[in-house]
Amino acid sequence: MAFQQHKLGAAAIGGMLGLSMCITLMFPSFDFRSAESTWVGLDKNLSNGRVIGFSYEDPLVIGANKPITVILDKDPKTGEKIDPPMRAYVYKPGVPFAPAVRHPANTGPTVSQLSLNVGRMAEASEAEGAVFAINRGEVNGKDWDYIENLTALKGWTPADTLRAATDENTRYVGKGKTVYITEGCWWCHTLLPEQTQDWQIFGAPPMLGDFNGEMPTAFGSDRKAPDILHVASRNSSREWMDMHFFNPRLVQPNSIMPRFDYLWGETDAHGNKIDFDKWRTEYKEYRAGIRIYPPEIPEYAGDSEVRALVDWILTSLK
Amino acid sequence: MLIKYLFAKNEDIPAGSSSVFFGFSAIFWFVVGTGLGSFNAAKLAFPDWVTGSEMFAFGHMRQVHVLAVILGWISMAFAMTMMYMTPALGNTKLWSEKLGLWNAFLWNVGLSIGLFLLWMGITSGREYSDLIWPVDIVIFFAVLLPLGVNVWMTIAHRRTQGIYITNWFFGTCTFMIMVVFAVGQSPELFNLTGLTEAYMTFWFAHNVLGLWITPVAAAIAYYTIPKLTGNPLYSHRIGHLHFWSIIAFYSTPASHHLMSAPLPEWLKSFASVEGVLILIPAVAFVANILLTMKGKWSMFVENIETKFSITGVLLAIPLNMQGGFQQTRAINWYIHGTGWIVAHAHLALLGMSTFLEIAAVYFGLQQILRRKLYSLALANFHYWFVLIGFCIYWISMTIAGLIQGAGKIYEVPYIDVVVAEHPYMIARWVGGTMVFTGNLVWLYNMYMTAREGTVVPAGRYAHEMAYER
Repeated sequence: MAFQQHKLGAAAIGGMLGLSMCITLMFPSFDFRSAESTWVGLDKNLSNGRVIGFSYEDPLVIGANKPITVILDKDPKTGEKIDPPMRAYVYKPGVPFAPAVRHPANTGPTVSQLSLNVGRMAEASEAEGAVFAINRGEVNGKDWDYIENLTALKGWTPADTLRAATDENTRYVGKGKTVYITEGCWWCHTLLPEQTQDWQIFGAPPMLGDFNGEMPTAFGSDRKAPDILHVASRNSSREWMDMHFFNPRLVQPNSIMPRFDYLWGETDAHGNKIDFDKWRTEYKEYRAGIRIYPPEIPEYAGDSEVRALVDWILTSLK
Repeated sequence: MLIKYLFAKNEDIPAGSSSVFFGFSAIFWFVVGTGLGSFNAAKLAFPDWVTGSEMFAFGHMRQVHVLAVILGWISMAFAMTMMYMTPALGNTKLWSEKLGLWNAFLWNVGLSIGLFLLWMGITSGREYSDLIWPVDIVIFFAVLLPLGVNVWMTIAHRRTQGIYITNWFFGTCTFMIMVVFAVGQSPELFNLTGLTEAYMTFWFAHNVLGLWITPVAAAIAYYTIPKLTGNPLYSHRIGHLHFWSIIAFYSTPASHHLMSAPLPEWLKSFASVEGVLILIPAVAFVANILLTMKGKWSMFVENIETKFSITGVLLAIPLNMQGGFQQTRAINWYIHGTGWIVAHAHLALLGMSTFLEIAAVYFGLQQILRRKLYSLALANFHYWFVLIGFCIYWISMTIAGLIQGAGKIYEVPYIDVVVAEHPYMIARWVGGTMVFTGNLVWLYNMYMTAREGTVVPAGRYAHEMAYER
């Protein structure tokens, strides 16, 4: 055969695309690999678990098999008071560990060495469960946050830790982040204050190490609503959050946020069926000026999706 | 029905069957996608409209709209055009009609399953890569691979010496979309995390537009305009300038979507410079097509397919000018994440690409079915409703985005931005609803064309014949 232009063409296309992928995929990966995880990165990792979104442990994406974040004011083993209260991440037996624990390289070269050597992270076992926390240590005169395996260091078991925390100090952060993903909050609320005037209203932009090991990052691309990365430091009221989720117009008349009343589920905190129709009728009367006050919103159950969502916002987004 | 040919022998399947299957599927998904878009827009304008169920919540439906339009309408319309243009330009038959039919069938099934799961909230949580990995695998092996094989084998078995520019694009883009899709889904398959995941997600999102949607749409125009007008392409060499500059430049600026994220600064600067170079292929493409129209500009008014096609080419001018400058650092800090980006995305997909594809689907279906279009009046209704609806959408979202950008840098409380944007949200819904209405009419018009359109005699083009209605 004579000259075959498609052969020359295929080689040229392959070369160009290969060079382009080399520059845009391979080179940045060197930068990403050298990033050391910050406290924010470790906290997100430990509270989210292996992966948010579809996975083996959570195929219906309902927040199953996620770690549980607890605020401890006493030692689960000895009962000693802890002041100030500390944050711990409880992995019940069988719950897959976070990427930072499974693949320590995710947290960066220094942090991973501290977590492995000082924090004894590698001794944790998914089959038996573990309790993790974040501590601060020094390497070469500089402070680093690293992961501690408290099951190995202090003998805390997941069951004891959850008992010591009680429901009041338990935060379903991993499940809440799952609700954030499935309900599509991130189509309007970004988690990315920009490196411009956003500083003034929405707070500090995230840093390189804030994302280590996170999956999915889901910081959003299309902002139709306030950035919520630091929302809990602007507004930490659980009552406000509850009302805002049930019907945003209760607290912000001009809001265009959808109502998330369906996250309350079928029954309220006392096991009674929630009468949404009655609520809507009374709300319409309120809007029409017939009632002076809007109807009370139902108290949600401890295992409802909205509880986990508010837990995530108030615990993680500071 | 074409389903009966799925188990027929390849040589018993009439030529063009897979194109027809793809064509009607594409129009169907277009109606679904724009219907969802209109519904979503209504929810942004009137948040208390249809509440109380997660199935009709904005957060559940938003991405179903996006993927129904990209994977359903746009990509299926591409497949439709590839199934008839590639063999025509190679002076041969499609390599396998049967593979094409199975491709179309599995595409519909896979996309329906994926979108249903996504609607239920079963998502990977990554924009544009929202479909979960089992569905991704189906898409790779049942959608992209068979499409590519059919196109490549048809080009390899061509009976012409050279390869026309459209086929350069088709053969290359079907390959590149497979690479891009595989790389883009790899974070989910291999649990890549952190900024690597964020960047690769947008590497995919950028390249699915830059190496698939816009170049294939342009390639379609290289076929339709010479075919409709009877003029030869102004310059095949300028076509190659377009082709090679797309591959060299436009495969690189992925990180211009993440200018506000903490990515390496060199990467952002590199992307920004490469992104401006989109003007080279853009100018080459637009100039080439408009010069091809020489002496035939009356067809822009008189011929419905040319009207759609040239409108798409003209929309490529603001698209590339706007896109090239929106992503520079000087401007991006002001408008990142605002409605203007949404306007720009719709300019690429609903403006340029869609208009070029509509023209090719109108032209192709009439040729393959050997039926003259049922109604010119309905086709004109379609044209004006899609065009005016799109323009209302585009302009209102541009204004809304600029308001939002100003609100961002002048530190206006966000709720005031929401209030200021409200009229434009209503306009957006009106525009989207017009597009949806136009498409419903199109579906009816094409269905009636297949059933009752005047038969086109052998050796004639449908667009040469007079309308009977």
